[in-house]
Amino acid sequence: MINIAVELSKYVILTLMVIYTFYCLFLTYRQRSTDQEPILKQFILIFLIDTVSFGVIYLKTRDFQVIFLYVEMMVFFSAFQLLYRILYRKASLLLINNMCLLLSVGLIMLTRLDISSAMKQLAIAAAGSGISLVIPAAIRRMKFLRRLTWLYALTGVLLLLAVLILARTSYGAKLTLWGAQPSEAIKITFVFFMASILYKRVTRAKVIAATIVAALHVGILVVSRDLGSALIFFVAYLILIFAATRKFWLFLLGAAGGAGASVAAYHLFGHVRERVSAFLDPMAVYQNEGYQIVQSLFAIGTGGWFGMGLCQGSPQKIPVVKNDFIFSAICEEMGGIFGICLILVCMTFFLMIVNISLKIRSTFYKLIALGLGTEYAVQVFLTIGGVTKFIPMTGVTLPLVAYGGSSVISTIIMLSIIQGLYILREDEDEEIERIRREDPGFSGGTYREY
Amino acid sequence: MKIPDFPEERTESIEEEYVPASMPEGGRKNGPYRFIGALFAMLFLGLAGWVIYFNAVVSESFINSPYNTRQDTFADRVIRGPIISSDGQVLARTDVDEYGTETRVYPYSELFAHVVGYDSNGKSGLESEANFDLLTSREFFVDQLVNEFKDRKNIGASVISSLNTTLQMTAYSALGDRRGAVIAMEPKTGRILAMVSKPDFDPNTIAESWDYMIQDENDSSLLNRAVAGAYPPGSVFKIVTALDYYRKHGSFSGFSFLCEGRITMMDHTIHCYNETVHGSEDLYSAFANSCNCAFAQAGVDLGGSSLRKTAEDLLFNQELPFTQYRSSTFTLDADSGIPLIMQTSIGQGNTLVSPAHMALIACAVANGGTIMKPQLIDEIQNSQGDVVRTVKPTEWKTIMTQDEAQALSALMQGVVENGTAYGLSGRGYTAAGKTGSAEFDEEGSSHSWFVGYSNVSSPDLVVAVIVEDGGTGSESAVPAAAAVFDAYYSTFDTSG
Repeated sequence: MINIAVELSKYVILTLMVIYTFYCLFLTYRQRSTDQEPILKQFILIFLIDTVSFGVIYLKTRDFQVIFLYVEMMVFFSAFQLLYRILYRKASLLLINNMCLLLSVGLIMLTRLDISSAMKQLAIAAAGSGISLVIPAAIRRMKFLRRLTWLYALTGVLLLLAVLILARTSYGAKLTLWGAQPSEAIKITFVFFMASILYKRVTRAKVIAATIVAALHVGILVVSRDLGSALIFFVAYLILIFAATRKFWLFLLGAAGGAGASVAAYHLFGHVRERVSAFLDPMAVYQNEGYQIVQSLFAIGTGGWFGMGLCQGSPQKIPVVKNDFIFSAICEEMGGIFGICLILVCMTFFLMIVNISLKIRSTFYKLIALGLGTEYAVQVFLTIGGVTKFIPMTGVTLPLVAYGGSSVISTIIMLSIIQGLYILREDEDEEIERIRREDPGFSGGTYREY
Repeated sequence: MKIPDFPEERTESIEEEYVPASMPEGGRKNGPYRFIGALFAMLFLGLAGWVIYFNAVVSESFINSPYNTRQDTFADRVIRGPIISSDGQVLARTDVDEYGTETRVYPYSELFAHVVGYDSNGKSGLESEANFDLLTSREFFVDQLVNEFKDRKNIGASVISSLNTTLQMTAYSALGDRRGAVIAMEPKTGRILAMVSKPDFDPNTIAESWDYMIQDENDSSLLNRAVAGAYPPGSVFKIVTALDYYRKHGSFSGFSFLCEGRITMMDHTIHCYNETVHGSEDLYSAFANSCNCAFAQAGVDLGGSSLRKTAEDLLFNQELPFTQYRSSTFTLDADSGIPLIMQTSIGQGNTLVSPAHMALIACAVANGGTIMKPQLIDEIQNSQGDVVRTVKPTEWKTIMTQDEAQALSALMQGVVENGTAYGLSGRGYTAAGKTGSAEFDEEGSSHSWFVGYSNVSSPDLVVAVIVEDGGTGSESAVPAAAAVFDAYYSTFDTSG
């Protein structure tokens, strides 16, 4: 009987997820992330997905903690949604829904894999969200943020150096310092650095200075063997330079430089060669570097389109499944279609951020939004591409879904900043309307922040 | 248009640039933003496309890998399906007694031990290769639901193998109680009809005899010698040397050699078998006579790096698509000394090869240079006998040109017509092949080899045989191959 319940539930969850994804695509396309009705429907979908999933996990495990966690989670989501609606009248609720969905999917999988890490993840997410509630209000009042250029650069480089020197190696890379991963926070300071140096008229000297600081960040990360983060920083750098200078040849030059550096890294570092050989023919190196990716592909392949059903697969066979390979576990148990929906949700998440950056008038904030959005997109692409063998593995995690306190907190902060920029934009629009109303002759000119 | 309130801002170009409110879409400034948005949207869609493609096309090769043990958890809910031969005989099935205890039964006991394999103490053979299908129920989903409801196990899919019981039995008894291996496959399809390895074991009692067998290094009865055996090739390697000669000279016609029964270079002497003096030979007669002196001379003229190139073209030092395959080794290179080149050219030296590999080379010769992907599975059926999936023959690799294949075929026909495989002539079908006697110790004892195919004009069957310590090729391996060919033609009516 339970088997049938589990079997049916997987189709139910899949259907709910597909509908949710359609809403996402629709709302992003129409740029209506504040419409109350579809947003509420989306939240109900999240609620249903969670209820069915946690119900199934409870049936399979008979662990009362599952119910407890579920209640906690629903309280957190409801409180978060409600507080945002009260505090920020003009907040993008689609952004909040997506955040809840991604956290949910992660928590479902973590509960099924190891309930204690799910509890930890939920606690960290709740605490992080609570603190981040002030960010949208703060970000627009803190004008000095755009003048701290060299503080950002210094913080970033020094923290990364500290990790390189002090951290112990785990899974071949140096990442963790005092239980946290500083590179997650530096993703934010790095974007602030780039935006603050580039928001005024861009000179050659500024581009060179930005390049040197970016090279320091990327270089230290490569030496720490954190290739994924290095790539994220590099792409963010490249794209912000391109956005600020509007020179396509600089983008191409940078991309070519990046390609050259990758080839050099391949020849210089054994761990890069291992990643590539595991990518090209994982079966041939199954006993060694190919093991992880082969297990991941077994999981995704065995799951097929519809998945094995929650608690019916063996995702724990994949090494570091809670972190780097959470997407494979999701595909195995919840289905390949669910995985594809997840990719599309992440895509709309990114496109929404780009939309915000298009609408903002201040170059500084435009660059911030684009930079943070780019980092998010690159990270999603690297992790999902890596575990599905679309590209070689780089060892980064899926933001909000994968287990990891630093990553969850810094992603929530990132999203809160973007939320702040979204609200700013809405205010700007209102301001223009106000000016138009008061001065019917107004039709353009330089707009000044008030 | 201007805003008169802030005239100073417009002259200060170092100030932050704001997008004019008249351009709600940001104007030119937003170009890069749009580009980046589009670029990443494409990357995301590409990623989604890849996940679709992976699930639709790529995943099968991964989930069917014997390393994939995920489906073992299905065994809680699925009764392992049967393995059936292409002539409809059950090779493996799972019996369930009244208490629900499942037993894997192999009705033919030792006969299919290696190729069908076993399913306790690990997995091997088809039991491993087809594990995913055997443990996946393909019944109508309503039936599956009803079974779930009644808490009854579903039945896994049936694997219809290409193996043929008559041919397998013939090959098995042709080896008798000698050690060795036989593999028989269709060059036009890659279907494997028989695969025997001896010594063998009874998969029905493998759990009981396991400890004894893994300790017994003398017999290595668990080893499937057909795919994982590593034997010196002896004279069957002359196929490789001959092809290298052909590639260098464009034909065999320029070759002439005066065999004196022995040849000495750099103080190293090679004999022909029994020191027979073959006299004046061209390449056809040297090949048919399996003249060691002629091929040692030819090999030295060709040189180590040339031979290595051709050997690796012919799949030495490479993985082949057989489960539990062990790569054949070929070690010559540009720096190899003359004595080793002489030895290697006639199939001694450091070269090691498996019968399956030699069978694939013969498949290439028989099939105009192209090897069809070797396959043991014809189709997958559900427990009602409805076909779920058919394995279609696919081309695997082309390792020589049609011209080269024809040239080698002519040499191999000569071996049957008036050479060491004369035992295959006059049996109602044409045949081509090469024998070998691979010496493995100082006393000159040798393994008996044959590799070849029948019906030269449109080859039906490739057979590779090794009989350990069986003497010359014509003594043991050729009669065994003849028995398999005979059985093939008495089983299958090929007149149509």
